[in-house]
Amino acid sequence: MNKSRLRSIYSIPYTAWILLFVLAPIALIVYYSFFDLAGNFTLANYRNFFTSVYLKLTISSFWYAFLITFFSLLIAYPTAYLLTKTKHKHLWLLLIIIPSWINLLLKTYAFIGLMGLYGPLNAFLEAVGIGKQQILFTDFSFVFVSVYIFIPFMILPIFNALDKLNPALIDASRDLGADSWTTFRRVIWPLTTNGVKSGIQVVFIPALSLFMITRLIAGNKIITLGTAIEQQFLVTQNWGMGSTIAVFLIVFMFIIMLVTKGKEKGASDNGKAR
Amino acid sequence: MKSIIQSAILILIVSGILLFINAELNEGSKSGTGTITVYNWGEYIDPDLIKQFEEETGIKVIYETFDSNEGMMSKIEQGGTAYDISVPSEYMIEMMKEKNLLLPIDYSKIPNIKHIDPYFLNLPFDPDNQFSVPYFWGTVGIAYNPTLLEGQSFKSWDDLWDPSLKQRVILVDSARETIGMGLNSLGYSLNSTNLGELREATDKLKTLSTNVKAVIGDEVTQLMINNEAAVALTWSGQAADMMYENEDIDYVVPEEGSNLWFDNIVIPKTAKNIDGAHAFINFMLDPEIAAQNADYVGYSTPNLSALDLMDPEVVEDERFYPDIETRAHLEVYKNLGLELLGIYNELFLEFKMDMK
Repeated sequence: MNKSRLRSIYSIPYTAWILLFVLAPIALIVYYSFFDLAGNFTLANYRNFFTSVYLKLTISSFWYAFLITFFSLLIAYPTAYLLTKTKHKHLWLLLIIIPSWINLLLKTYAFIGLMGLYGPLNAFLEAVGIGKQQILFTDFSFVFVSVYIFIPFMILPIFNALDKLNPALIDASRDLGADSWTTFRRVIWPLTTNGVKSGIQVVFIPALSLFMITRLIAGNKIITLGTAIEQQFLVTQNWGMGSTIAVFLIVFMFIIMLVTKGKEKGASDNGKAR
Repeated sequence: MKSIIQSAILILIVSGILLFINAELNEGSKSGTGTITVYNWGEYIDPDLIKQFEEETGIKVIYETFDSNEGMMSKIEQGGTAYDISVPSEYMIEMMKEKNLLLPIDYSKIPNIKHIDPYFLNLPFDPDNQFSVPYFWGTVGIAYNPTLLEGQSFKSWDDLWDPSLKQRVILVDSARETIGMGLNSLGYSLNSTNLGELREATDKLKTLSTNVKAVIGDEVTQLMINNEAAVALTWSGQAADMMYENEDIDYVVPEEGSNLWFDNIVIPKTAKNIDGAHAFINFMLDPEIAAQNADYVGYSTPNLSALDLMDPEVVEDERFYPDIETRAHLEVYKNLGLELLGIYNELFLEFKMDMK
């Protein structure tokens, strides 16, 4: 009796949080998405979303989010693996995490200077004989800066998964005659996929709604769903259309969560030798 | 567990002390006759003047900035803010009037209004200046750096389409300016409500996309100063800022016509200190203050008496102070309503999506 009352008291902060800051805002967004500029109930916003401009926007958002996630993973996995093998692994990890505490806008502005025609990057290219290149305002600069920003979030869950991996399993694999590639493919990778999946979640979803970097680094040559939502709310003042795009973004998020949902048996369970 | 509780208590104590110190500091500064909150464009006032105003009147100024008319209006409309002063452009003043977001100006408290050039008073967007007082004015045009180019000149908007300018033109991230440039280049009105004309302008802009290096905001000033960019669609005062830092840069308003705009000071209905707001407006209209401000900001002042105090070279510069005849050739934005604003922005989005 007493125990269950205590439990219901404990659940108050969580329930209040979910209601006020998750369910209520989503409900409001869905509600607003059914109204036009004049405040009349309409489905026109949804019809409008399926016109060529917004469909193209969605496809290009997905493409760039995919690129960003792919390159983050490509760099993060070996890095995380290397880190778990080092002596002071938590110190090295911390050094990678620290830059993510610095304000995003500051880091972005720094890249404008670094990638400029007269910046250090171009000075280097000139010195090695390649010559000046237009780096800023290209696909390359956008993907590069985004990967730089997201990489700590990809490394962290993969690092945790690898760290929990029981080394005895790798030894066993070796003893049974597997070479290192087979060990990686059949033992290490399957036991760390949950880390990879949560890494993909925390990178792909925010990458879909990146804004500001699209303007500062890509010069608006790349537009994401996030940029479009910002424009609808602040410039066009069409809250209905902005909410509609946001509804689709939320739907996409749920789909990605479903696709990348980890199976119940996590790396931590499997890692334990039974 | 124990150490967690200890550190939690420590954090609470430290935060409490900081909160107390903060409250004490604010208390000290509120000793004058209140505060006013000024909501202005970025880089749009000489900061020394804010200090001078605080010293002369004892009113403390809280200063905040915005970067678009629309963003500014939605913040005021939603409430929860206490802005006493804002500086919208003419079409936005029209819209804010419609939405009853402005308070009338009491001219018995603003004797300095006599210094303002009558040309800038009683304009169609605010008859008898019931709700707004002129602050700055200017044009939209092309800033370019001849030393980075091969002798191109920019007499016409069409010169931006020159094949030699591949990946060199910077546009401004604002639908009315950029779509407006497309309209101007075809000889249509900047306030076009004709969907066919708007379609044509967008299609024409799309043919410019190979020449476009980027579509950005205020960052363009720094790029032009550092010779990173050669050509930019920009406002006259921003061009003046660039030219102040980099003497190679020139500014031109193309012959097909362009936008003439006015930014006026208003008192939003969110104002808490209406007397303080009037004092601020009167202070900004003082000829000496206005001259110093215009010198700092780089835009054109509507203050006739201030012009006499300024460098004649600046005031006689036709690029920044075009004569009345040239001005008649330019077009002022009208409030087109949200429906058309949405269409302008969707076409602009379509253009941006088309760039590669």
